[in-house]
Amino acid sequence: MTILAKFPSPYDLEAPAGAEGWQEMYPYYLLFQDRLREQEDGRFWFCDSQHWPSPFKPFDTVTVEFAVKCLGQYNTRHYLIPPANGVDYRIHNGYCYMSPVAVAPEDIAARVPQFLERAGHYFQNWDKLLDNWHKKVRANIADMEALRFEKLPEVVPLDWIKDGVGLDNTYALMETYDRAIQLLYKTWQYHFEFLNLGYAAYLDFFGFVKEQFPTIPDQAIAKMVQGVDVDLFRPDDELKKLAKLAVSLNLDKLLATGSVDEALAAMGKAPGGAQWLAAWKEAQDPWFNFTSGNGFYSDDKYWVEHLDIPLGYIRSYAARVRNGEDIDRPTARIAAERDRITSEYRALLAPEAVDVFDGKLGLARVVFPYVENHNFYIEHWSMSVFWRKMRDLSAILHAAGFWNDPNDMFYLDRQEVRDALFDYANAWAVGVNPIGPHYWPAKIAARKTMLAALSKQPPQPALNTPPEVITEPFTIMLWGITTESINRWLSGTANSKMLVGMAASPGKVEGRARVIRSASELGLIEEGEILVTPVTAPSWAPVFGKIKATVTDIGGMMSHAAIVCREYGLPAVTGTGSATSTIRTGQMLRVDGSTGEVEILL
Amino acid sequence: MNVANTILSFAAPAEPARIMNTTPNSRFIVSFEAATPEDHARMGGKCAGLARMTAHGVSVPSGFAVTTDAFTAHMKSPGLAARVDALLASINVDDVVDQEAKSAQIRALIVAAEMPHEVDVSIRSAYGRLGTGADQPVAVRSSATAEDMPDASFAGQQDTYLWVVGADDVVTRVKACWASLFNARAISYRARNHIEGIAVEMAVGVQKMVDAVAAGVAMTLNPINGDRTKIVIDSAFGLGEPVVSGEITPDHFVVEKVLLEILSRRIVEKDHELVPDRAARRTIDRVIESARRTLPSLSDAEVIAVARLAKSLESFMGCPQDVEWAVDRDLPPGANVVALQSRPETVWSRKAPVARRSYALGVDGVLSTLMAPLQHKK
Repeated sequence: MTILAKFPSPYDLEAPAGAEGWQEMYPYYLLFQDRLREQEDGRFWFCDSQHWPSPFKPFDTVTVEFAVKCLGQYNTRHYLIPPANGVDYRIHNGYCYMSPVAVAPEDIAARVPQFLERAGHYFQNWDKLLDNWHKKVRANIADMEALRFEKLPEVVPLDWIKDGVGLDNTYALMETYDRAIQLLYKTWQYHFEFLNLGYAAYLDFFGFVKEQFPTIPDQAIAKMVQGVDVDLFRPDDELKKLAKLAVSLNLDKLLATGSVDEALAAMGKAPGGAQWLAAWKEAQDPWFNFTSGNGFYSDDKYWVEHLDIPLGYIRSYAARVRNGEDIDRPTARIAAERDRITSEYRALLAPEAVDVFDGKLGLARVVFPYVENHNFYIEHWSMSVFWRKMRDLSAILHAAGFWNDPNDMFYLDRQEVRDALFDYANAWAVGVNPIGPHYWPAKIAARKTMLAALSKQPPQPALNTPPEVITEPFTIMLWGITTESINRWLSGTANSKMLVGMAASPGKVEGRARVIRSASELGLIEEGEILVTPVTAPSWAPVFGKIKATVTDIGGMMSHAAIVCREYGLPAVTGTGSATSTIRTGQMLRVDGSTGEVEILL
Repeated sequence: MNVANTILSFAAPAEPARIMNTTPNSRFIVSFEAATPEDHARMGGKCAGLARMTAHGVSVPSGFAVTTDAFTAHMKSPGLAARVDALLASINVDDVVDQEAKSAQIRALIVAAEMPHEVDVSIRSAYGRLGTGADQPVAVRSSATAEDMPDASFAGQQDTYLWVVGADDVVTRVKACWASLFNARAISYRARNHIEGIAVEMAVGVQKMVDAVAAGVAMTLNPINGDRTKIVIDSAFGLGEPVVSGEITPDHFVVEKVLLEILSRRIVEKDHELVPDRAARRTIDRVIESARRTLPSLSDAEVIAVARLAKSLESFMGCPQDVEWAVDRDLPPGANVVALQSRPETVWSRKAPVARRSYALGVDGVLSTLMAPLQHKK
């Protein structure tokens, strides 16, 4: 199948009105430079609206930079994936665009022996190395938790004088900030330590099964590999446990109304309430380090700081339990189904293929728990701590007059934050007022205006001419970028009544569309609607009880959203390219998650 | 893996409580419900198949076999065997016209001969206990043992009488089925294969006719390419014979076998259906009213029910199956899909699936996947 045409060049895509000059928000290496036009236009770039569906605040580019850079390092410098290096990235009109970097054909062969040795070591020692990974990540989280940002005191503590320390309070303040950024960097290095290899092993199994059964649905393969006790679902499982506990203690009506504080106070006074409160407290560490966003944005809300969110979910679970519903994830059924599907396909194989199937399936099942679970430890838990610390720092500088809103620090990029910190430290040391309060508010206001303008325009799905062949495993598996998806985007809204995407989770339903562009709009969703969004997040799982299906712009079979939709039995079509710009809230849709078709009915 | 558990989890729901008393087995009559494996030989292939299905909880319309013993008893009617033998011996196997003429004579003799009294009474009694009794429409079908007749691809002509109503009619049709053992094709087949004339045997199946809302055929592989991960279904409104015979173009569904999901649907305009005409005691071809012509003959739930039925039959029989099925108007939704016949698929099953190339495992396997250009996944 050949690619039909090309996408626009970024150099021809003007800033939307009101966003002129947006480039000043981002570092030079993230922009398409005029001098490099020929080189940049010679490459294909696709928009990752799956991970980054909204334009970047300046500080938040740290997530795409660290994440994508670390993805690359493992391909290029650790495991030497023979045909693929990393994924390059730029920001344009506020959104990020990715371009996989292939290895020159003449260099591929030399990488093979090193790949075999390095990747081989990880595959052969996976479980042991993974145990160690858990220790490293938890230690890293503990190190981040231990960071303290404190506002500068009037005077250096007397003890420090008596002890002959010879350093002021700004020394630790600045070091703490640098350490926070370094610990974040470490977080993302750990994130990809196993992920590329895990995806590659899954792709190996996937490709083999497709050769044996050319028309097998992608979902069937995923179901053979997916785990049952997945840490990613644990936060939701904890909510369910708390809901059931409240009902069994007959105290659920105390949770049904009022604010979090009121509900907890009422619990405290009730007989048996102490037991529930103890369970509530215990569940929070670490399982409430969970966001309805995806962890990449500074304004993502985490349950532990917004207890009304988990409490709200507990309320609806308790109501369902009262109604006689069984709300438990049917783990026994899921495990049985996985085994049934596996054994039935296995029975259809040629006899010579059975051992190969068993071997590749075995490896895929070894690696898959990491593929599913790392998301909780990194994007949820680690990022929860990091953003909390950053908000602490933002609050300190806000109190010092640097900006008008407590969280405005995120309108500065991370190097500008160092400058602002030094400004704060310097003024304190010298005995004058910092310059920041006279500089930042206006700058931040201008940036807010630009970002609002950038948000109004949905991004192009891709830039320039797509390649004949895509080899980088992530591009295919996670982002769902295939020759077919590219052609779909290119044909745009030729048939504006029908969209086609990945058949990510089976089932066919009809319902009214609800188009939302971020987690902050989740409250708008009404019972029985079909969710249409750039991407869903696993933490939206409690909402899945309300909706009939999900339709997304981007995402492959292995995106977390697809995994969760299958787990919850919710029909899903991912990777449509243009769902959020084609469909309007209120339109009647017919969604078929088995064929990947979305039809706009009215 | 425990085969029985697999069957039980996939078998279509069993038919609801059988309200009619099934006739206890006798020398001449064996009901599908009460048949034991020892009875199968004298029930002939089709009836034995239906008995096995029933034993495994696969829904089939209830019925009974008129055993080969009944045929043998009939052929012992005074003078009948001798005259049939004589006619057979006189056939010039190279003369098609002669063969046809003598075959017609033989068949006429068999039909004209009066059925032995005991056989006649057994059939009437068993029929009377089936469904609504005196006027229960039934299908009367030949159920030969495989060695005696040309193989399955010849079957399906002259051997099935639909919409038979009333005991007299049943008896007549049973004799016609016995007679079909001596149609020209069967005679010449046995002559060429040196199977002795009168030693061959015929059983006959008498089975409640389904008043079908929709019916058709399901195969547990894709006949276009032998893909065993698929179940393909052809369906139309009314009875299934026009689908089986190929005289109409049916709706077509492709179902993924393991996940039991509908992958594609092709709905055609259906302008005629074969339906029972109770008053006329036969089937008639009826024009379908315009509102229904472009509707799918099966809802998605029914497609899955048919697929499950076919799948359970394949699993039970141990090989890909060609299943005739119907949606019974008289049964409740959710439990109304029944199997009418199931036989082994003969074309693709004979070819073993072939692994395409050799594969490496572990990191070497991962390497070759990374090295192969990963064009796209479907």
